[in-house]
Amino acid sequence: MAKPRIKTPATAKAGDVFQVKTILKHKMEMGNRKDKKTGKTIPRNIVNKFECLYNGKTVFAAHQEPGISANPYIAFYVKATESGTLEFKWTEDNGKVTAETRKLTVN
Amino acid sequence: MLTRHIAVGLAGFVTAAFMAGSALAVEADRQDPRLKNYIVGEKYSGYVVNEPETRDIQDDDFQNPAFLWVEQAQEKWEKVEGEAGKSCASCHGDVEESMKGKTRHYPLVHERTKKLVTVEHQIGICRKEHMKAKPWKWESDQMLGMAALVRMQSRDMPVEVKVDGEAKSHFEKGREFYFQRRGVYDLACAHCHVDNHGNKIRSELLSQGMPNGFPTYRMKWQKLGSLHRRFRGCNKNIRAEPYKQGTPEYTQLELYLMWRANGLPVETPSVRK
Repeated sequence: MAKPRIKTPATAKAGDVFQVKTILKHKMEMGNRKDKKTGKTIPRNIVNKFECLYNGKTVFAAHQEPGISANPYIAFYVKATESGTLEFKWTEDNGKVTAETRKLTVN
Repeated sequence: MLTRHIAVGLAGFVTAAFMAGSALAVEADRQDPRLKNYIVGEKYSGYVVNEPETRDIQDDDFQNPAFLWVEQAQEKWEKVEGEAGKSCASCHGDVEESMKGKTRHYPLVHERTKKLVTVEHQIGICRKEHMKAKPWKWESDQMLGMAALVRMQSRDMPVEVKVDGEAKSHFEKGREFYFQRRGVYDLACAHCHVDNHGNKIRSELLSQGMPNGFPTYRMKWQKLGSLHRRFRGCNKNIRAEPYKQGTPEYTQLELYLMWRANGLPVETPSVRK
């Protein structure tokens, strides 16, 4: 599995609103497709939850359904308040969690 | 009698499928300053036919999902694999320097084997002969990523393939393929991409079929895909038996298409519908 791509500024001024962009490589198997060889349904496995925590506090979360296409791209805005870390979490149907962190300095 | 009826019905369908009148849409779009680089004389890239939202995704290297594969390939470039204990970087060094502007000349006739090779073939040769590593499949994530990475080093430079000398016979065969009617619908590549580009085929705008953006991230595929996969799709659509990826037929066709695209900028990795 490829590492997710995340774009955040390294520094920001207090009170500033900055954009965060994320993209994760994922098939987003929607659960309706059939294996061409065996005829069996391929079980659903999508990233059903995305969360962004700013110093442990959730600042953005998204609940995803099977209509979302592969390699989900999520962009949103966060207001800079204090220095710390931004933690990103992608939770899949099978329980796998992909997590990444980015440092942010607020001056 | 029955077969004849079907044949007549199909002919009707094929004629109806090309609906004229939308060439104007492409003409109007040509005034858009954003498209300036993608139109060279009579030629235009598939970028022009794209919808504006799709162009946005291609223009932003972060949003472009193809870079997920490219990033993986960048790691692979440095990774030592195979019995020879080499990585791509051991021979070539930095990818940005060593590959700059080189891949826009592919496909070309390989110096030693005298065979027509694409970028994917060349990666295969490197892995087999120099690295002595396990070969990658044509449509595998690693192969697509690496092909995109090396082709990307020619981005914004014009496509420039040679079709004289040793490549001439391949070029002729590629052209023959392009104008050869095939499949149940009895269509050649030229019927859509020469005679009817800019018109609609059902709900979609037909492009000139320029290969300058491959490997491309195609939304329909939800992943990166090779030019030869696109050929297979085209052949299936006209109900013809597709060839396998990497066969001489498709490689010669790729050469002919690249010649058609001579002068257009390399767009790899592009985003298409």
